[in-house]
Amino acid sequence: MSMGSDMYRQQILDHYKNPRNYGELDDPSFTHVGENPLCGDAIRVDVKLADDGETIEAISFRGDGCAISQASASMFSGELRGKTLEDLDEMDRDDIIDLLGVDISPVRVKCAVLAEKVAQDGAAIYRGEKEDMEKTVTE
Amino acid sequence: MFTLEAFLPSMSTQRTEALDVERIREDFPILGRDVGGDIETPGAGPEDDTPLVYLDNGATSQTPERVIDAISTYYREYNSNVHRGVHHLSMEASFAYEAAHDRLADFIGASGAEEIVFIRNTTEAMNLIAYSWGLKELGPGDEVVLTEMEHHASLVTWQQIAKKTGADVRYIAIDEDGRLDMDHARELIGPDTEMVSVVHVSNVLGTINPIAELADLAHEHDSYVFADGAQAVPNRPVDVGELDVDFYAFSGHKMCGPTGIGVLYGREDLLEAIDPFLFGGDMIRKVDFEDATWNELPWKFEAGTPPIAEGIALAEATDYIDEIGMEAIQRHETDLVEYAMARLEEFDDIKIYGPPRGEDRSGVVSFNLEGVHAHDLASIMNDDAVAIRAGDHCTQPLHEKLGTAASARASFYLYNTKEEVDTLVEAIDSARQLFA
Repeated sequence: MSMGSDMYRQQILDHYKNPRNYGELDDPSFTHVGENPLCGDAIRVDVKLADDGETIEAISFRGDGCAISQASASMFSGELRGKTLEDLDEMDRDDIIDLLGVDISPVRVKCAVLAEKVAQDGAAIYRGEKEDMEKTVTE
Repeated sequence: MFTLEAFLPSMSTQRTEALDVERIREDFPILGRDVGGDIETPGAGPEDDTPLVYLDNGATSQTPERVIDAISTYYREYNSNVHRGVHHLSMEASFAYEAAHDRLADFIGASGAEEIVFIRNTTEAMNLIAYSWGLKELGPGDEVVLTEMEHHASLVTWQQIAKKTGADVRYIAIDEDGRLDMDHARELIGPDTEMVSVVHVSNVLGTINPIAELADLAHEHDSYVFADGAQAVPNRPVDVGELDVDFYAFSGHKMCGPTGIGVLYGREDLLEAIDPFLFGGDMIRKVDFEDATWNELPWKFEAGTPPIAEGIALAEATDYIDEIGMEAIQRHETDLVEYAMARLEEFDDIKIYGPPRGEDRSGVVSFNLEGVHAHDLASIMNDDAVAIRAGDHCTQPLHEKLGTAASARASFYLYNTKEEVDTLVEAIDSARQLFA
């Protein structure tokens, strides 16, 4: 049986138990929240941009939910530091699944992409490309 | 002295015997399946390698061979549209489809087919009454009383009808063990109450609600009562007359029947008075370019071509259940859930929701393993081919009250065994080890 056991490899469990970049930033350029109704996962992402207004200088997240959503947020936040908002925009679900390095069963993909979607929506609202919204919901 | 048992000794003996689960399992072809391979090709495949342990019966039950055969025979031998045809096949189909209504009426103690409307499922039954009765009869100041353990099927439906009509929705509170607070019920149900819509058996907590008592309260204040029997009819004897409900609903697929078929029971005089929910063919008596009059009950509420094969197969499912014996099924479920709760209580890191062991309870047990999200738990248990459900089980407000976003739920039926409960406990332990 491949699907479930692979989903919980040591790396994912390690990020779940010891999340990196966990907490809140003092003066974020933008903050956004989101949730995944399937598991009841909730995530808040803070992003601080460098003076160029493009480069991600710092990123943190806080959240509550299943191991897939929280480990994904931890790994994703590590990946994003030093990247630009454009890099963030270009990320999609395949990048997140690559980052996790495991097969994610189809129904759990929305857990995996929660942090990415929250960060992307936060950036789009910050740049005025999207109207402000209460929260991002992964469907 | 006259006793029923004295006249029917064979029946009472049959009903006190334990279920022959090994033999029952042979009636369900799917229970012999292995799982674990490619999920994009439905059905058994060469990569499947682990015997299925199916503990998700609260969501849907499995289907015995003879019910599958009833569907297959319909399509192979007498598939035809009902009511309008005078040809042979149509008459066979009409006869069987109408007889299925009689069978379901008998199954729940209704007076006849006129009180039995075939609909898709419990949710649709709830919507039928909410739209056709509620939208017309409710207004500002009126109250609909629900419970905090209500399924979204009734909670969301009445909430939306209340928004449209200006009526208020009130919720009977539950105590910390998930029982209804009947003092609160007596406070809430009053002169402004027009409808008391309550779940008979909670799909999360396993609580059996005192429907007859609630019906008394409602009727004292000239309110109607609608009980959601989706989790009750599959596993305990239900008699709508004894419960004294005005409306009652349940779904076929949770009681060995197919999907796409459910039953709305309504008191005949009430169904007579209520306007149809769906308009169209089959539900009319006379139509002209200006207006139409309605067909007799229950067809007035069954617009368009109905679920013919499904209705006939549901009648077959009730025959199957009755032959095994509802009391025996109920006791088997109780034994399994008592055993499961006792096993789960061995562990301090497992929190169980709902009334404690020893109380009357249905065959579901919802729980959480500390430190492991219910969805992670269910995913890991899937490795051992143990099928349970994780999430809010269509009861988000209840889960908010329980203080958790999600729970894991194992639910048992007539074909489950104590060995499967042991596999469940072992699979939980695998998750515990993985996350330790």
